[in-house]
Amino acid sequence: MSKPVIATTSLAGCFGCHMSFLDIDDRILELIELVEFNKSPIDDIKKFTKKCDIGLIEGGCCNSENVHVLKDFREHCKILVSVGECAIMGGLPAMRNGIPISECLAEAYLNGPTVSGNEEKILPNDPELPILTDKVYPCHEVVKIDYFLPGCPPKADLIWLTLVALVTEDELQLPYEVVKFD
Amino acid sequence: MDILIDTQTELGYIAREATLQIAEDLGMSEVDVDQTISFYHFFSQKPTGRYKIYLNNSVVANMMGMKEVIQTFQKELGIRFNEVTSDGLAGLYETSCIGMNDQEPAAIINNRIFTRLTPFRVKEMVRDMKEGKDIDDMFVADYGDGQNRTDLIKSVVSNNIRKIGPILERNFKPGQAIEKIIKMDPEEIIEEIKKSNIRGRGGAGFPTGLKWEFCRNAPGEKKYIFCNADEGEPGTFKDRVILTERARLLFEGMVIAGYAVGATEGILYIRYEYKYLQQYLESILQTARETNYLGKNIQGRKGFDFDIRIQFGAGAYVCGEESALIESAEGKRGEPRDRPPFPVEKGYLDMPTVVNNVETLCAAVKVVLNGGEWYKSFGTIESTGTKLLSISGDCKFPGVYEVEWGFSVNDMLDMVGAVKEDVQAVQVGGPSGALISPDEFNRILGYEDLATGGSLIIFSNKRDILADVVLNFTEFFIEESCGSCSTCRIVPTLLRNKLTKILNARGVKQDIDDMHEWGKILRASRCGLGQTAANPILSSLKNFRHLYEEKIQKNKEFDSGFDLNAALKEASKATGRVSII
Repeated sequence: MSKPVIATTSLAGCFGCHMSFLDIDDRILELIELVEFNKSPIDDIKKFTKKCDIGLIEGGCCNSENVHVLKDFREHCKILVSVGECAIMGGLPAMRNGIPISECLAEAYLNGPTVSGNEEKILPNDPELPILTDKVYPCHEVVKIDYFLPGCPPKADLIWLTLVALVTEDELQLPYEVVKFD
Repeated sequence: MDILIDTQTELGYIAREATLQIAEDLGMSEVDVDQTISFYHFFSQKPTGRYKIYLNNSVVANMMGMKEVIQTFQKELGIRFNEVTSDGLAGLYETSCIGMNDQEPAAIINNRIFTRLTPFRVKEMVRDMKEGKDIDDMFVADYGDGQNRTDLIKSVVSNNIRKIGPILERNFKPGQAIEKIIKMDPEEIIEEIKKSNIRGRGGAGFPTGLKWEFCRNAPGEKKYIFCNADEGEPGTFKDRVILTERARLLFEGMVIAGYAVGATEGILYIRYEYKYLQQYLESILQTARETNYLGKNIQGRKGFDFDIRIQFGAGAYVCGEESALIESAEGKRGEPRDRPPFPVEKGYLDMPTVVNNVETLCAAVKVVLNGGEWYKSFGTIESTGTKLLSISGDCKFPGVYEVEWGFSVNDMLDMVGAVKEDVQAVQVGGPSGALISPDEFNRILGYEDLATGGSLIIFSNKRDILADVVLNFTEFFIEESCGSCSTCRIVPTLLRNKLTKILNARGVKQDIDDMHEWGKILRASRCGLGQTAANPILSSLKNFRHLYEEKIQKNKEFDSGFDLNAALKEASKATGRVSII
């Protein structure tokens, strides 16, 4: 039987959730025995090459590319998991949600106290740059998300136990230490 | 509060310098003053124009043609909501229900009320403003009926009293009740009130006699009687009519309550929307003082001192909640307090305080005059007496009706000249009450069935219940939340978003289920506003579920409702380019 396939990505996140994922330490060797990775920063595969069983999403959607990648994940993955605060609630990037995006851009590139140069008053406009969304959206407001792993970042053990449970289809055990946040 | 209201009235707004000055003089920090200012929507920290135009955004105003009125104002003045014309002439603002549901569309301009507006009338008014006319010279219609015509009010507001009962009857003789009580013991009065079984008329229905007794027995150097005239529940306007026509009756109710519980000071807390009644009410108080029905040793009864002052609010629905009202009268943000302790133990300035509705106090006078047994002859066993209903919406005769409890919704529809076959729904008790469908029109008004503060709004078949009614009510709760409890600050917004999604044809069945489940969370809120904020949705889900089901997508189980193009629009415009993916 072929191994279950996993894909991961970081959208509007800080890669902290991926770092936490790597904190499973030597269990990564066990994981490799259990699963195969497809599109993910872990093996640097850039594009989906096949259908996957589990997709782990870090970060919410702050621009058109995030939305595009997230929809791509939904299309290719049977199960999608929002990993961490940013994917679930928008997190720190969502602090801009109360301010109109045009004001954010003006503050960052035109009027802010740290702006120097930019005499021509240009907002970044290279065609290759993704366009920012009006707000930072949590993943489930864009596509259907099946599971949510809370934490900033979620503990390595939580990610590990969840993956094992999804792969083995055993019931997920959540000891108190794994889901306490202070 | 009074300092802020005066500053706002005089300068048109409360400038930074004024805030600093007030803070310094009162020995408070600047943010303390700031947080009070920002809480009330009739206070502003920016200039608001020489004419401050507040348009009512309640559901009935919209039904009666507010949309055209708004458009005309915007076109004639060249501004949108929350803007001031460049020459500082006029500012345009929205406000929640102003208690004129029976004569919409209505507006408040510089504390004067304008009713039954039409686009034509708006054009005239804007022309008058441009000519710099005094606000009192802008009325073209005759003044309203009854006391609205007096020199002290001079308002175009109509009373629309359609049915008179024991509370509103005309034969009331000022002073009679007070002359009677000074020969009685306070305990006797409380006994009589208890016997009458009268319950609070604000909507919650707490037994009045019990409340007075608790307050009488609570230890405290000073005690207070509050009259709650904040009626902010959209669709309610009966207190306005009592204040206009039976103010003396109300004040005597406060005196009686004061005598019964041993209070020496009464405070009438009125919503800012009724500021046009101020001079008139002050003059009635003055007359009562001059004839010793207020003041020291009232009517010769040694040691019976009682006086009343008027406290205006500044625009906040939540201040109708008794502990929020007390906070507001203390000059703070109108946030409800934790209970216990209840106001009867620790209320205004931490002293025992009775807070009663306008109508309750009026009824108490009649109980004292005629006895508890007499009062019980009206209404039903659980709901004694009569109730003033504020009826508006799609009917021939909107207005105030005094009826006995135990009246059915059907009777009511007959009474107000509604075309029954054409009635789609009736909202009983305002947004926090219930939206009922025709198969429930045989239900009766009373604490045992449909408890109500008296607001009834009738919707005919041509109204879109979800878009026009439920959405409007939900937005009202979002606007009026004080923001103290996370439940009431957040959940109504989530519910509104779900509802909008369904209205935009993006809804799925899950959304209906979510609304149903999430609505229950609001029960955990501290005050009545929060606890009932989901009622428009929950009650329409219960009685008009088909309206939701017709609008959801049948072939889809999930739809996030996300629209990428809409989300990218603003940044696209700012950077001048379009998305390539």
